[in-house]
Formats: sequence, C-alpha cells, structure tokens
Amino acid sequence: MFETKPNNEIRIGFYVCHCGHNIADTVDVKEVAKYVATLPGVIISREYKYMCSDPGQELIQNDIKEHNLNRIVVASCSPLLHEHTFRNATEKGGLNPFYFHMVNIRENVSWVHEDKKEATIKAMDLARAAIKRVFFHKKLETKKVDIHPDVLIVGGGIAGIHAALTLANAGKKVYLVEREPTIGGHMAKFDKTFPTLDCAACILTPKMSAVKNHPNITLWTYSEVTKVEGFVGNYKATIERKPRYINEDLCVGCIACIDECVYKEGKYPDEFNMGLSKRKPIYIPFPQATPQVVVIDPETCIYLKTGKCKKTCVEACDRNAVVLDQKPEIKEINIGTIIIATGYQFFDPSRITYYGYGKYQNVYTGLEIERLVNASGPTGGEVIMRDGRRPKSIGIIHCVGSRDVNTHLWCSRLCCMYAVKLAHLLKEHTGAEVYNFYIDMRTAGKGYEEFYDKVLKEGVHFIRGRVAEVTDWASTKDEEGKLIMRVEDTLIGVVRRVPVDMVVLICGVEPKEDAQDVRRIFNISCSTEGFFMERHPKLAPVDTFTDGIFIAGACQGPKDIPDSVAQAGAAAAQCMALIDCGSVELEPNTAYIVEEECSGCKSCIQLCPYTAISFNDEKKKAYINEALCKGCGTCVASCPSGSIRQNLFENEEIFSEIEGLLSPAFEYTKEN
Amino acid sequence: MENRNNFEPKIVAFFCNWCTYTAADLAGVSRLKHAPNVRIIRVMCSGRVDPQFVLDAFAKGADGVLIGGCHPGDCHYIEGNYKALRRSELLKRMLKEFGIEEDRFRLEWISASEGEKVRVVVNDMTEKIRKLGPLALNKKFVEWDKEMDELEHAINQNMEVQHA
Repeated sequence: MFETKPNNEIRIGFYVCHCGHNIADTVDVKEVAKYVATLPGVIISREYKYMCSDPGQELIQNDIKEHNLNRIVVASCSPLLHEHTFRNATEKGGLNPFYFHMVNIRENVSWVHEDKKEATIKAMDLARAAIKRVFFHKKLETKKVDIHPDVLIVGGGIAGIHAALTLANAGKKVYLVEREPTIGGHMAKFDKTFPTLDCAACILTPKMSAVKNHPNITLWTYSEVTKVEGFVGNYKATIERKPRYINEDLCVGCIACIDECVYKEGKYPDEFNMGLSKRKPIYIPFPQATPQVVVIDPETCIYLKTGKCKKTCVEACDRNAVVLDQKPEIKEINIGTIIIATGYQFFDPSRITYYGYGKYQNVYTGLEIERLVNASGPTGGEVIMRDGRRPKSIGIIHCVGSRDVNTHLWCSRLCCMYAVKLAHLLKEHTGAEVYNFYIDMRTAGKGYEEFYDKVLKEGVHFIRGRVAEVTDWASTKDEEGKLIMRVEDTLIGVVRRVPVDMVVLICGVEPKEDAQDVRRIFNISCSTEGFFMERHPKLAPVDTFTDGIFIAGACQGPKDIPDSVAQAGAAAAQCMALIDCGSVELEPNTAYIVEEECSGCKSCIQLCPYTAISFNDEKKKAYINEALCKGCGTCVASCPSGSIRQNLFENEEIFSEIEGLLSPAFEYTKEN
Repeated sequence: MENRNNFEPKIVAFFCNWCTYTAADLAGVSRLKHAPNVRIIRVMCSGRVDPQFVLDAFAKGADGVLIGGCHPGDCHYIEGNYKALRRSELLKRMLKEFGIEEDRFRLEWISASEGEKVRVVVNDMTEKIRKLGPLALNKKFVEWDKEMDELEHAINQNMEVQHA
C-alpha cells in the first residue's frame, strides 16, 4: 500500500541485552540474536550482558564504523528509560540518532511472562517488527527551543519555600503560588520537629520572611493556578488571585481592622489551630503569617454575605486597605519550568469509626496535639482537653489510615517519628503516663532511632498491637470516666484494656483531595495511590513525564521535612540545569503535510488542539506550523488523502511494524 | 484450521506513550505476569491510531487488536483520546460488517498508574479471543479471492452461452 523504496542499501546492527538476569533468565537471548541475524538487512546481530553500559554503547559505535551500519536496533528495556542513551551512542558512532529504534523486551516481555518459549517468541516477533520498521527510518533534526528563565512554583510549604529560595538565590526569577492566605504549609503548624526538637516556627519563619523579601521572588498567596499551556521552556500559566478583600500593597498587618470588627470575639473555627480556637471573619492566620496581610473570609463576613454591616473594619484602617468589593484577579505569566510542591493531607480519622474521633471529645488527631502543645496555640501550650481537664494518662495510636487494607495500604513513613515526638512533648507538658500502640516501629533516619531510644528511657510505654477499639464503656470502677483502649499486646500475647484520659490518633499521609485535578492542570500522572508520579522511582525522582515540570515534597509520596527539603533542592537544580543550558532539544515527532497530495478538505484543521494547522487560501492547501505542533499525530490518522505524515511515526513505519509482528513466527523448539 | 485447544491468539496493541505504554512499563516493573499474546506498538497518542492500522493488522493475521489511551480528560494532547473513541465507534460497525466479532477489537482507557489494568485487560482479551478461535482473515482472503474467481468465471461462461 505504501512504498518508499530506500535509496541506499540498508545495513542493520541488532543488539539484544541480557540486562544481567533480568532479560536473559526469561528470554533466550542467544536464540534471539541468532534468529535476527537471518533477517534481511541485518549485517550484525549480537547479544551483550549490559547494552546500556559503556562497553555496550561502544560496541554499537565501533560496529557502525567497522561494518558501515546505517540502522541500529537494540532490544532491551523500555524506550522511556534508555532510548536516549542509545540514540546518543548511535550519534557518537557517526549516524543520525533517529536511525535507531528500540525494542522493549524487559518491561513488555521478560518481567511479565514466565514461559521461556513464549517469551522468546514474543521477543523475536518484536525484534522482527523493529527490523522491518527501521528500513523506513530517515534522518531527522531535533528542534531546539529556548528555555524561558522564569520558574513557577506551586505550593508554599517547606518544599516550595526551599525550592523558591534556592532558585532565587541563584538569580532566577520565581513565582511562588500558594492557595492559602499564608505560606508555611503543614510545617508552620508543627510545634517541634524530630529528632532534634528544634521549634518548627524558629527554623521555618526566617525562610518565610526571606521568601517575602527576596527581590527575585513574586509571592502570590490565596491564589491558584487554573490553567497551564505550552511545553518545556515555554509554559504559560494562568493564576487566579482570589479576593482577600484587602489591598495587599497597602496593608501593613497592624490588625486594627480585626480589633474593630463588629464581632468582638472570635466566632468561627480557626483553621490554623485545627478548630481548637475561634477566629473572626477578618483575621491573620497566625502571628508569623507571610505575607502579614489580613484576609476576610467571604463565608463568614456579614457584609460579604448579606451586604449589611457597619463596616467598622473599613473605618478602622487608616490606609484604606480594606476593599470589600475586591474582585478575583487573573494573572498570566510566561515561565520555562514548573515545580509542583502541593503537599499532602492527613487521613481523616472519622472514617475509622471504632477509634471514636468526633464521637468522644477527648480523642484528638496528631495535628491537633501539635497546636495544643504549641506556645502560641489555643491554650498557650497547656494541654487542656476539650472537657477542660488535664490528662493524667494518654494513649497514642499509630498507623491510623496507614498499613490497613480497609484504608491505605502504604506506610506513611513519618508517623512513627511524629508519634514518638508527640509522646515526648505530651509527657514533658503533662507528666502523664503515655502509651504508644504500634504495629512496627519504623525509625529509619539520621538520629531517629536514638531519639526513639531517648523517649523509651523517659518512661513512655510502647505496646505492640493494633488497637481494636476506643470505647467509654467501663467494665470496672477504675475505667469509669475514661476512654478504654482495647488491644492485643502481641509481645506478651494478652488482650488488654488500657484506660486513658486522652487518645491521640497518629493519622497517615494521603494525597491531597484534589490531586487529580491538579494533575490534569499540569498534565502529569499519579501513581496508584494517588500521589504524583515521578519519571523514574530511583533515577528521576523529581522529574515527571512532562518535560520541564518537576515535583517536590510530599505530593510525590509521604516525606518528612529533611526529605522534602532535599527533594525541593533537587527539583530546583533540575530547573537550573535547563535554564542555564538555555535551550532544550525537542523530539522531532512533528507532523507535516505533503502539499501535492493535500486536497484542501480542511478536515484536519479543527482536529488540532494546538491550532497548529492553518489553511492557505491561495494554494488551497493546509499548512502545519511546526513550532506549534506537539506531535500527537491525530491529524495524521484522520487525513482522508493520507497527505499528513508524522516524523518518527510515519505510516510506513507503523505498517511495517504490524507486518513484522504478524509475519510467520520463528519455529522455536528449544524447551525450557 | 488450527486446533482450538492449542490456539494462541495474536493480539496487536497500540498503546499511547503517556498513559497506557507507561502503565505497561509499570506492569513490568511490578512483575505483574500476564498472557504473552499481546505485541505492543508504541504511538504518541491513541489519536494517532489510523483505522487502517487496525484493518491492516486484522488483514495480516491478527486475531485481535487493542488500543490503549489515557482516560477521558487526561489526554496528554488534550483530546486525542476522544478522537480515538469516535473513530473506534465507527470502526466497530465496519468490523461487524466484515464478520469480525466484537471481542476482537477493544479500546481501553488505562492510565499510567494502572499497571494492574494492563494485566486484567490483556488476560481477559486473550481469553475471550481464545474462545472465539483464530480469525485468520489472511486465509479467508485466499478463499474469498477464489470465490470471486469462480464467480467471474461463471459469469463469463454464462455470457459466452448467451452470445452463442
């Protein structure tokens, strides 16, 4: 059906990789190499232990020169992993890198099949398809695009803050967008940090004010990214700045307006203190909030809800900063790279009804305790329970919403440590008996096990067992008025009832509620559990499948502060690598039109999501703007006259692949 | 005809680079064992899959064709998967006319995180086609060509008789 007769003689070099045992244990690589050697066009066919190693790549380079090869096929792992490696080797050997094609016989074959015969036949089929395909490969030039030097960072928790400062200190211009009225994220709510017990605010707030004051950082709080277009080096983001009903440039944070609000006392749950205190409709989230700008909550402000109020706040401000008719503001920015650091949320413990959160008032979450023991918290650091008493005994339940088939399967990784930290802080503040109920203690990290040891020596009790129930149903006089924790102590093999005054639930870490929406905006993927997916779990932990977009912190998976900071630094370095390089090479997989064959039917034009196709009225032909084309190939598949082609995915290439796959299989008889 | 008990279906799959191909990689990394009957061709987007590819695969001897793309709303290229869906609906009707059973052609949305779904879909499709038996359209072409020749021959003879 399609004929493009290659001009010169095709000379193919074929290489099949053992990948140690990974491939060779399931695929008979020797037989594959032997078989491929018999296919037309194949000049040399080899098997090698590790094709991606230096000697493996040199093998290709030397063969190209020695045997005058003009096509290279490597059967090894996924092209998503090593296509680039082998293209480089091909280029170093003196060939255009696009004369290379890769066959995936690891992820697609050896790792998913057990039967050696079937796996070997499949590997041979795939290799044969590639051999047929490369006949039609042609020389292609990569397109270089400039990298816009500005960076967008989404999320102002510790990861976003650290990445922003790293980039800004390197002289890069950064936009930091945060959804909440202040930056700081979860870390700002913590009292002390494990294992060193330095106060979270003391180490975080200097960084927060550094962000605010840095000339290279544009900080937009109370704002959300609503749209992202473009590609690596050339992204365009739309950001909606929600109205905070305060002119941010005029407000100095004197809080005169808050004092003068018609509400004399706080009336609504204070989000920063986890609802343990009350705030007014006009408020500053916490004393060190950055920026120090008041915000008015439209859900609770009488004026914004009903239009009727004395507006004492407006009068109170001598700078006229209160703007009750403020509208959302839309900002459009051009950036080259993006770091997503949107963080996590804690598991909602009311989902596990038998722990009684929301039912018994003295059952708390870990984050509530962080506020309760904090000197600037709702009780000024005194541990006073919701019923006004001070606890004499406290039970801490680990793994709430972690390592549980009914909720989340994964270990949230940081909970053991924050449970131990809270045990220490509660003991310090109250002198109470503290019981930790754990499944396994996981204290891997520098100084972590030592910290656990220290807390053990302080006299905190650790009971190994998953708590079955928290109840107020007393069975003895001692248990009356207490919360009874029913648990099997698995170390002594006894079912126990432990009566306590206060229960603390150490909730696990889960993806943010709207992680899927965020993922769509940025065109990245999520892993099975819903955290953002990295390009490679080991070798590209901050990259995503979308070039120029990086992830940092707990949005990628549960992470403590040191790990989030390390990852944020890595993401910043990745951005800098792109920016300082100045340009990036794009995959030359764009579509093009063979003008003589175009009938001018215009059916392709409305198909292109990037408006890359226009119509030349004089010539009555369609035209594709290569700079706008992203290479999806949708127009190619729908052109009725077949006049649109796609580089790297030409019709001939795919038809020959199909033919190669379905040619009579090699009679492979060697038994397993 | 091949013995149905020994029949191993040959399935050609077109997986989009961003979701389903990545999911297949994930299935590999997770060592999710599945039927070895599917041969994957990587394309950038399910929207690139020309219905001719599907027809060509059947014509050249595939017993089934599978297209894998991103879930609706998740397409890396905004809406290429919708184009694939639209085309596949039309294609399904056409395949029916050819006498190609419904289970032999499938369009699935498999996201990058759904390695398990790759396994389930591949196994399920293989099983269903195993039950249907070989399609062997390429062999049928020979038969059909023969029938056409005979028909032509008969018509010619008939005309000769009339002329005579």
